[in-house]
Amino acid sequence: MKILVAVKRVIDYAVKIRVKPDKTGVEMNNVKMSMNPFCEIALEEALRIKEAGKASEVVVVSMGGPQCVETLRTGLAMGADSAIHVSTDTPLYPLAVAKLLCAVASREQPQILLLGKQAIDDDANQTGQMVAGLLQWPQATFASKVALGDKSDVTVEREVDGGLETLRLQLPAVITTDLRLNEPRYATLPNIMKAKKKKISSITPEELKVDIQPDFMILEVVEPAKRKGGVMVSSVDELVDKLKNEAHVI
Amino acid sequence: MIASKAGRVVGKLAQKRGSGFLNGWPRFGAYGITTTSAKRVPSTEEAGTSQSGHSSDWNQHRLTEDQLSFQALASDFARNEMMPFAAEWDERKHFPVDVVRSAANLGFGGIFCGHDVGGSGLSRADGAVIFEALAYGDIGTTAYLTIHNMCCAIVDKFGTGEQRQTWLPALTCMDRLSSYCLTEPSSGSDAASLRTTARKDAGSTDYILTGEKAFVSGGGFSDVYLVMARTGADGPSGISCFIVEKDMPGVSFGRQEDKMGWRSQPTSAVILEDVRVPEQNRIGSEGQGFSIALSALDGGRINIGTCSVGGAQFCLDTAQEYVSTRKQFGKSIIDFQNTQFKLADMMTSVVASRLMVANAAAALDANAKWATPSAAMAKRFATDTCFNVCSDALQLHGGYGYLKDYPIERYLRDLRVHMILEGTNEIMRLVISRHMMKSKA
Repeated sequence: MKILVAVKRVIDYAVKIRVKPDKTGVEMNNVKMSMNPFCEIALEEALRIKEAGKASEVVVVSMGGPQCVETLRTGLAMGADSAIHVSTDTPLYPLAVAKLLCAVASREQPQILLLGKQAIDDDANQTGQMVAGLLQWPQATFASKVALGDKSDVTVEREVDGGLETLRLQLPAVITTDLRLNEPRYATLPNIMKAKKKKISSITPEELKVDIQPDFMILEVVEPAKRKGGVMVSSVDELVDKLKNEAHVI
Repeated sequence: MIASKAGRVVGKLAQKRGSGFLNGWPRFGAYGITTTSAKRVPSTEEAGTSQSGHSSDWNQHRLTEDQLSFQALASDFARNEMMPFAAEWDERKHFPVDVVRSAANLGFGGIFCGHDVGGSGLSRADGAVIFEALAYGDIGTTAYLTIHNMCCAIVDKFGTGEQRQTWLPALTCMDRLSSYCLTEPSSGSDAASLRTTARKDAGSTDYILTGEKAFVSGGGFSDVYLVMARTGADGPSGISCFIVEKDMPGVSFGRQEDKMGWRSQPTSAVILEDVRVPEQNRIGSEGQGFSIALSALDGGRINIGTCSVGGAQFCLDTAQEYVSTRKQFGKSIIDFQNTQFKLADMMTSVVASRLMVANAAAALDANAKWATPSAAMAKRFATDTCFNVCSDALQLHGGYGYLKDYPIERYLRDLRVHMILEGTNEIMRLVISRHMMKSKA
């Protein structure tokens, strides 16, 4: 069984994000980039399934410019067998990524498509759900436990607002991973060296016949408003008035 | 156990939200969410490092693609597994054997050893990149790792095929830890005057070792000790190298030393009283021990220099963050030209030290005849210079630099010993000038 894992290259979680002075986006020059933490968890889960003997191959895929190859190399160093780079310089948003993933999955024919639940840069939490819709595959998001059954099915425990929900899905299926699913491994020095021999194939959106033109435009990116000092109110009436008309919470 | 990197996302987000920050700098007396123990450990945010991700060392153009991967791995490991706990290890004198073993599982236990014995088969240049990144997180623990690697390299380079297979597989994965024993209470710089004896036992091929070794890093904890002992006449050519195991009868240890720095690393005397050591534990031939010891120190000196560079880079990054947020006289103190000049000089010093170390590593990899004085120059320069950078960084922190709440003073205490061990910086000058005079003779 083949598992396809989608990984995204994002600004490293420890970086202090600064908004560009022209407000067109976030400062990305010379900033440390890493694999999205939830994508690491997804890849780790795929590797564990393979190590348990239930999958034969783990393929990582990432989309974007040439620097994606670094992230794919990290994935190979963690233990993935091969990698696919969907090469484009057009900025990609969740729907475009979902369409591309749908095309890649149709070619690769995995039984499981694993993704992180969201990327820590846009916090969109959309791609997994959309690609499941496009593929017409069942989906289980926010997975905190994944267990393969023996009838071509998988049982997934999901973390939802109300608690935990357990779903059983027929394969092929889309699963997005949440924080507590596992603890990702580090690549080891020997695996980093071995990864150099593993294959990274490249393909373009045109070859996949997918239109990735964004259907929206980011107008402005600003920092959150600076925290203002507290204000002492003189009466309950004043408090109610402020809550209603300033803070808009009642 | 290797903790989840993604889990630390949650940890970091939680720390950002409720922990009493003012202008990005923790208010004195405000305590946020603690991480590992009752004593508050400053987070990397609070310590004000730009571990936040700038390519702050301006070094990437010199690294190969592989070295960049090694550096990323080592940096991540240092940031996640060492930095959050280093203050606690220092205070409690705790030797984090589990973390050191985790590092070995990633291939850091036998970096220079052959693949056939579980080593990573990398070059000295690769090692320099890795150890610098690790030292950024914690110097004492990284320094022990470099010493263990030095011992493994001795067995790998000078051991017979059988010795390599007997000892190295367990050492490279750090199932067993190792230590290097040359210095004695009455022979430090004058190492060749050592008095530990290894006399041949009449009627067998065993040696009987008697003597005392001082300041052994890993003493009391390590399983395997590389001991230089006298088998022949006085002077360097009478010294041989032996592997002594912790549980051999006659082996005992002095009390754990209470040190200024390197407190996450155990140090003690190793006492040998008629310890019977089989001949197959002798590394190299009789009389070869001193040259083995010195050859190992070439790599060891590069590694110590590397640790100084990593520590100084951390202090520089931290100081830069601090002076960017600390305000006096109506502006951030980084806006004063003196501060800017200070930072520029510190950066220049760190880069120069890094290049000296890289040069020595390249010379050693090339087996150049000048590898030994290159390593001596690198060690002497980097350890002196980086200690001063660290001291300057502490000064830039003002009063806060003197508090244990902030990591700077620990780096200063850790770096001070680098000017002394693996050959004092005075001895380095002897080594350098001797080589200069020899080549002109």
